[in-house]
Amino acid sequence: MIISVNGEEKFLNEPPVSINELLVVSEVESPEMVSVLLNGKVIEREKYEDTFIAEHDEVDFLYFMGGGSR
Amino acid sequence: MRNRLFAACNNTMESKDILNIEEKVYTALVNQALSGMPNEVCGYLAEKDGVVIAHYEMRNLDESPEHFTMQPEEQFKAVKDMRQKGLKLRAVYHSHPETPARPSLEDIKLAYDPNLSYVILSLAGEVPDLKSFRIQKGEVSAEDTQIVNNIH
Repeated sequence: MIISVNGEEKFLNEPPVSINELLVVSEVESPEMVSVLLNGKVIEREKYEDTFIAEHDEVDFLYFMGGGSR
Repeated sequence: MRNRLFAACNNTMESKDILNIEEKVYTALVNQALSGMPNEVCGYLAEKDGVVIAHYEMRNLDESPEHFTMQPEEQFKAVKDMRQKGLKLRAVYHSHPETPARPSLEDIKLAYDPNLSYVILSLAGEVPDLKSFRIQKGEVSAEDTQIVNNIH
């Protein structure tokens, strides 16, 4: 199954793969702090386990960005 | 598990020893920080051929002089635009209106992305002070910065 992850083509040998599993195999550090965009839609974090990747899906990961000066 | 699922994976690591920023981008960051006073401002820096040539201003959801939070939808939109233009996400930046250009404890705690540089622009002194850092698992290391002539 071919998908796009952060703009790069990837081949998954063993679908189905949930977003959670994709974060694991992608070796994403601190996955609990990652926002996921699936085919242009932001997926709520509590749905990562039950949302599965399909052929030709486009997935993007981005880390939470925040901070403070004090 | 990774090997079983991914038949191919292309990862490249690039040197991040020096953050080169076009002068026009630096000027834009200073202007954004000044116009955003008293609140912190934030955004992404994008590079091409090893030089930051574009910045993407983000809304600070906190609207605070002491904190910033980006909106995920805006983050994704910016990164998609970078891809379309052949740019690469290089760094995240934010301003410190009244404190030095060094990562606060909160900055360090919330620096989750190990692949980016963390740029801080301080307005605490008489002249703006921009510094860049790599922050990985709580370890902070300063990164040289260089303002370069506009090439794009």
